[in-house]
Amino acid sequence: MKLRNWSLLAGVILLAVLPLAFIHKPAPGPDGQEREIFTGSDDQASAAISSLDPAYRRWAHPVFEPASSEIESLLFALQAALGAGVIGYWLGVSMTREKLRREVAAEQATEQTGLPRHAD
Amino acid sequence: MHIMEGFLPAGHCIAWGVAATPFLAFGVRSVNRRIREKPELRMLLGVAAAFVFILSALKLPSVTGSCSHPTGTGLGAILFGPAAMAPIGFVVLLFQALLLAHGGLTTLGANMVSMAIAGPFVSYAIFRLAGKCGAPQGLAVFLAATLGDLATYVVTSGQLALAFPDPAGGFTASFLKFGGIFAITQIPLAISEGLLTVLIFNALRRFNARELLALGLGRSKTGEAA
Repeated sequence: MKLRNWSLLAGVILLAVLPLAFIHKPAPGPDGQEREIFTGSDDQASAAISSLDPAYRRWAHPVFEPASSEIESLLFALQAALGAGVIGYWLGVSMTREKLRREVAAEQATEQTGLPRHAD
Repeated sequence: MHIMEGFLPAGHCIAWGVAATPFLAFGVRSVNRRIREKPELRMLLGVAAAFVFILSALKLPSVTGSCSHPTGTGLGAILFGPAAMAPIGFVVLLFQALLLAHGGLTTLGANMVSMAIAGPFVSYAIFRLAGKCGAPQGLAVFLAATLGDLATYVVTSGQLALAFPDPAGGFTASFLKFGGIFAITQIPLAISEGLLTVLIFNALRRFNARELLALGLGRSKTGEAA
């Protein structure tokens, strides 16, 4: 992999790590409750809805709710693993295909000139 | 960006569902036709769908101190056109609504409009526009993926503001409030999505030059084979 691709990856990692390094948990509130950080923005939106329209009642509930946050992260990991599996399969197939293509090209070049030559 | 189950009034759920349905039907037809004409594109379609699966499962921390996830829809929109992303987004959203209690069946239409329709259309438009302006392909891909991701979250904020206008400030105040929760959080994540999309597009350019040519994406503006 080339330098450019590595720097793209480094950028992604930095963007994820910097907030973790620079944002700290605020002191517990006046009620002594620990405040949480890095909660999901979806949940914050739900809280905002409740504050905008306190009378609003949630009228539907998920058909299946993961039993705990552990189970939820299991399912999220499963989702990412499915995607990563497909991408990994594609990368493997593609790299092998390119390698074979190059070997065939090199063989043909050797046949034509009688001398081994680099493809490309 | 997922509006949670039951958090949108029934009328809105139906309206967004009705709005999303023709895109889904058209998208399914367009994908089927593509695959029938060029079966060799099946693998790339799988890659585009897999990319959405991975990225929408990654909840990343952001500068606002909250977490959200990228969408991953920009890549597929660039490769197959925005219509193709409606069925792919539908599958991902359904998976998350049924198994992860993330998003919901009642809000599926609204979430489709933001993630599987608006985002991909913005990505596609930006990609074409950047290409017309002579931007290098890598930059066009980056801008398309980043702005498409942001657009998704802006649309979600708008959907929520329509349903829950601020008692004092109306739609605008509410839109700014939801935008503060979603869109600001999303800025660094959108940049991450842009970088990751360029990364995988570089790989596609190297390994799938023929398929990209078949999709009309073969020529590289910088003139080198990357």
